[in-house]
Amino acid sequence: MSVIQVKNLRKSFGQLEVLKDINVEIKEKEVVCVIGPSGSGKSTFLRCLNRLEEISGGQVIVNNHDITDPKININTVRQEVGMVFQSFNLFPHKTVLENVTLAPIKVLGMGKEEAEKTALELLTKVGLKEKANGYPGELSGGQKQRVAIARALAMNPKIMLFDEPTSALDPEMVGDVLEVMKDLAREGMTMVVVTHEMGFAREVGDRVIFMDGGFIVEENLPDELFSNPQHERTKAFLSKVL
Amino acid sequence: METIVAALPYLLKGLQVTLYIFVIAVILGFIIGTVIALFRLAPIKILNWIAKIYIDAIRGTPFLVQLFFIYFGLNSLSWISFNSTTAGIITVAINAGAYFAEIIRAGIQSIDRGQTEAARSLGLTGSQNMRFIVLPQAFRRMLPTITNQSIISLKDTSLLSIIGIADLTQQGEIQASATFESFKIWLIVGIIYFIVIYLLTILANFLERRFQLR
Repeated sequence: MSVIQVKNLRKSFGQLEVLKDINVEIKEKEVVCVIGPSGSGKSTFLRCLNRLEEISGGQVIVNNHDITDPKININTVRQEVGMVFQSFNLFPHKTVLENVTLAPIKVLGMGKEEAEKTALELLTKVGLKEKANGYPGELSGGQKQRVAIARALAMNPKIMLFDEPTSALDPEMVGDVLEVMKDLAREGMTMVVVTHEMGFAREVGDRVIFMDGGFIVEENLPDELFSNPQHERTKAFLSKVL
Repeated sequence: METIVAALPYLLKGLQVTLYIFVIAVILGFIIGTVIALFRLAPIKILNWIAKIYIDAIRGTPFLVQLFFIYFGLNSLSWISFNSTTAGIITVAINAGAYFAEIIRAGIQSIDRGQTEAARSLGLTGSQNMRFIVLPQAFRRMLPTITNQSIISLKDTSLLSIIGIADLTQQGEIQASATFESFKIWLIVGIIYFIVIYLLTILANFLERRFQLR
């Protein structure tokens, strides 16, 4: 069953057309990695999936909600779709614990005690239980990103979107974050990951999408795509990054 | 010394009026400022225009003209009538509101877009995002400028003596002409204003430390 269906998706910023006719289906429990050169539109594509970017044309269906329908309540759809950003975007005026409990309490109306219990479980899972009462400013980049993952998971989402989650991290921090993401994948989370970590894409991805110039140029099983790319542009990109 | 001791009760009575007007006007002004700032940032053209016209009109005219317009001008219309204290509070509030609006707008805009994106991606509505994420952070950044504008508004209240409000300045004038001791009276009036503003600064510093961004 497809949990995400994208049909003829287009996105323009003014005159600049960033996404041109994107078509893709993502199945439940699938881990899809999106790779491509910068400016290829891969982040914009991801941000269209929870409508952080207004969609210019086409149709995007997420968890059976047509999010291109202007009448849809996008907030309810977003509750089911977690997102992790390159720059973490933790709330600096809230403690680590409050970062994780805020949305369950305010959006889902969960009781404080229950929210904190879940939050502590999630923080334990990402290895940061002891930081619960600290502030984001006291954490390293890798720790911040793991808190951001816990924060998204606290809403118990059906889908997780990752927008270059390790690009802003020091190299020695990348491993911890990828480990958490691997665990998630193993537990059967549906994940769409925009990434430059080819190793991760190859090891964890069920499918890899290569984007360039606002199009999906090629998609395939990771091993196939990396060892036997079909398109010139894919070959050129992979020869630079591998 | 005797002059001062005799005048002091009157001056302190004036101070009471000054503080009364100041506190109400600044609170009102802050509410007006928040609403106008949200108008300016709203994705609705008409609201943007209302906010812009309001801010430009207030910034582009002297305080005293605003005071005369509200007290004499509006009061001369047959269907409107208020006393001098009300006129004073309205003028200070409307005046401060325009400046607060710009301070608050700049404060909101200084918060990284990523904060809003993170909040919205968690399912928070636009107004929940403002309440729980953007405004609390913006407020901390705005505190020093808010303090500044409040001090300016406090000093602006001394102009209200012109329309006959018995504030600290008005009481000073009365005492100065009654005692013929202008030097002493105006010195002591100045000192009283200074002390009040100094206490306000200490309060602001305390708040700033209290709400420090971590």
